[in-house]
Amino acid sequence: MIPRATLATARRVLWQIRRDPRTVGLLLAVPVGLLVLMRYILNAQPLTFQAIGAPMCGLFPFSIMFLITSIAMLRERTTGTLERLMALPIAKGDVLAGYGIAFGLLAAIQASVVCAVGFLVLGLHAPHGAWLVGLLAIANALLGMALGLFVSAFARTEFQAVQFMPAIIFPQLLLCGLFVERHEMAGALYTASWALPLTYAYDALARATRLGPLGSAMARDICLIVAATLVALALGALTLRRRTP
Amino acid sequence: MDSAAIEIEDLRVVRGGRPVLEGVSLRVDHDTVTGLLGPSGCGKTTLMRAVVGVQIVAGGVVTVLGEPAGTAELRRRVGYVTQAPSVYGDLSVSENLRYFAAVVGAGLQRIGEVIEVVRLSGREHQVVGSLSGGERSRVSLATALLNKPRLLVLDEPTVGLDPVLRAELWATFHELAAAGTTLLISSHVMDEASECDVLLLMRDGALLEHTTPERLRGETGEQDLGRAFLSVIERRAGGS
Repeated sequence: MIPRATLATARRVLWQIRRDPRTVGLLLAVPVGLLVLMRYILNAQPLTFQAIGAPMCGLFPFSIMFLITSIAMLRERTTGTLERLMALPIAKGDVLAGYGIAFGLLAAIQASVVCAVGFLVLGLHAPHGAWLVGLLAIANALLGMALGLFVSAFARTEFQAVQFMPAIIFPQLLLCGLFVERHEMAGALYTASWALPLTYAYDALARATRLGPLGSAMARDICLIVAATLVALALGALTLRRRTP
Repeated sequence: MDSAAIEIEDLRVVRGGRPVLEGVSLRVDHDTVTGLLGPSGCGKTTLMRAVVGVQIVAGGVVTVLGEPAGTAELRRRVGYVTQAPSVYGDLSVSENLRYFAAVVGAGLQRIGEVIEVVRLSGREHQVVGSLSGGERSRVSLATALLNKPRLLVLDEPTVGLDPVLRAELWATFHELAAAGTTLLISSHVMDEASECDVLLLMRDGALLEHTTPERLRGETGEQDLGRAFLSVIERRAGGS
């Protein structure tokens, strides 16, 4: 890997996003809008808003970065720019890391805005500090990005790529414990939930947004989020082929 | 020893279960403009992809600048321009070039030079997506020139361009060849054949002729290279 090529890739991805101010606006406004919506839907149930809304601040970047990365990467594949890159002296790691830095930065901005609105304006609590939620949000965004990079290899069109959001992200959101406690689910689903990375992402956020010690479970969660990210990146690297049929 | 820029022996490629190249052997000399000509679908792009080292091949040996095609070292010395311009449509001309320059390790000064070469001065800050098709393909070409490649592989670089622009591009190619670049250029328009030093005529996944425009005219007695190509095909069909 060459740091110059990694940073150039990150800068290029950010240039592309800057050319699309509406996307940037949506990236920042949509999560905030949804959080405000949730606040007033749960108007009579502030405890439920705290239990769902506070962890959600750290889950928005996960799902949005998944979607954006899978489409951005699909474009690289379909417009031939990926093929050109693979014929140039750039390492696959440079491409992946470049995307990671760019989307990590974007996630940091998004998480900061969402957390600021949630914890400062809407009255959510972060007993262990909003910064911890923000850091988890960035880690989750990188996980979403890595998954998005990987699944983009299985889509031929943007229509297909968009479908991966309900196919891959929604089941994880439903099974992670955000809406229903996992042990209350059917046994098979409870078992399945242990295998899904978002379960640990949510568990870490839940611990960070409620009272009580963080414990070793937090460390386990973070390790597993990082491990899942690395596995997804490795799988994604396998889909970046120098030679194609 | 005097090795060729490209040396291909018995190259076979199968795509989607169908043989696309069936035992192609050829040699491209240094500092020449070699035209790869033949109808669409005859395997020109596949052959070029094999030279650049991005094509999975079923058999044969492809040696480029003395090394097996597709090595990391060759990625620094070979430029490849795909038929569809593979640049970022949502970035400006100079942003595209700055990115690829950083990837190949070219300096900022080189960006100005390649913009000059493809005659896009004054368009640096225009978003590539808003350029005309011809301009876009020239951005793609400029990108491939950044690292001063020893070998430049161009897939149908003049397709869909107006005659003036085509003539300009061919002038650029001759300038590049004179400056020590070997060019392999594909086209399905036979009237571009006269621009080349060497001609490779392909049909149905096989190499028909390895010749020069003069020789092709002399052997077939046709002044028009398109007709000459047809008479080669007829002769082959009659002889087999």
